[in-house]
Amino acid sequence: MKVAVLKFPGSNCDQDAYFALRDDLKIGAEYVWHEDTSLAGYDAVFIPGGFSYGDYLRCGAMAARAPIMAEVTRFAKEGRPVIGACNGFQILCEAGLLPGALLLNEGQKFLCKDVYLKAETKRSLWTEGVDHVLRIPIAHGEGRYVVDSDTLARLEDNEQVAFRYVSPDGSRIAEFNANGSADAIAGVLNEKGNVLGLMPHPERATKPQLGYTDGLQILNGLKLVTSNL
Amino acid sequence: MTRVRVYVTLKPSLLDSAGRTVSGALQKLGYSELQQTRIGRLIELELDPYDEARVKEMCDKLLANPVIEDYRVEVVE
Repeated sequence: MKVAVLKFPGSNCDQDAYFALRDDLKIGAEYVWHEDTSLAGYDAVFIPGGFSYGDYLRCGAMAARAPIMAEVTRFAKEGRPVIGACNGFQILCEAGLLPGALLLNEGQKFLCKDVYLKAETKRSLWTEGVDHVLRIPIAHGEGRYVVDSDTLARLEDNEQVAFRYVSPDGSRIAEFNANGSADAIAGVLNEKGNVLGLMPHPERATKPQLGYTDGLQILNGLKLVTSNL
Repeated sequence: MTRVRVYVTLKPSLLDSAGRTVSGALQKLGYSELQQTRIGRLIELELDPYDEARVKEMCDKLLANPVIEDYRVEVVE
């Protein structure tokens, strides 16, 4: 089992992802440069957070057109696991691998705080092991998920809403939807459920020493992949 | 050489939270007639030769995101 951790100019959560996978999940991880064109030998892809290309034009816009993304698209279409957190989520939306887009937070502020997440479906490797409300940090200025109403209805019908922002006890309360996302959506899946994008950072929540371990509930899904090989 | 301006704007149905803040600031400065502020992006391109279809392609492929934005192209000279 080996995960490709993509690196774009301006990625800054690549090392968090790499060490979380290697040290806390005990699975293989290697960096893959944005100009590379092959994912041969990798079983999953982690698109990390950061400010790829300085967020110029739109967050994730340039990264979504980098050479490696054509290969990520092919990989995703084969049904293999791809996760994008924060800027990684923005990149997946810009690349058309996930529906919707991320806009400036409703209150404009960059938000760096804990959020509480409820998994809304069991039908993906990323959510099937989640058994309680997760406490995971966010750190973003542009995390307000938007999507047109037809697509939103389709996301609901297909169980593509992966996570919602909720209160610590799991209730839908507006004030816990920190960035003003449509329907309090924090993370979405593609139709097959193999591609997950989310604004919170599971890779920053894998160590008891840092006070967070709930990220493991999401990333442990990668271990299901190993056992299937 | 042809100079082209691409105006990219957020779809009207979407909340422009930065625009809303600017509205608030202008109203505090006494411009109470202000009803709404929407912030977009102006991109200037210089091309030689100019091909309308290729500029449209640039907009569709990168300059604008059809999920959230509309765009309009204007040939300057």
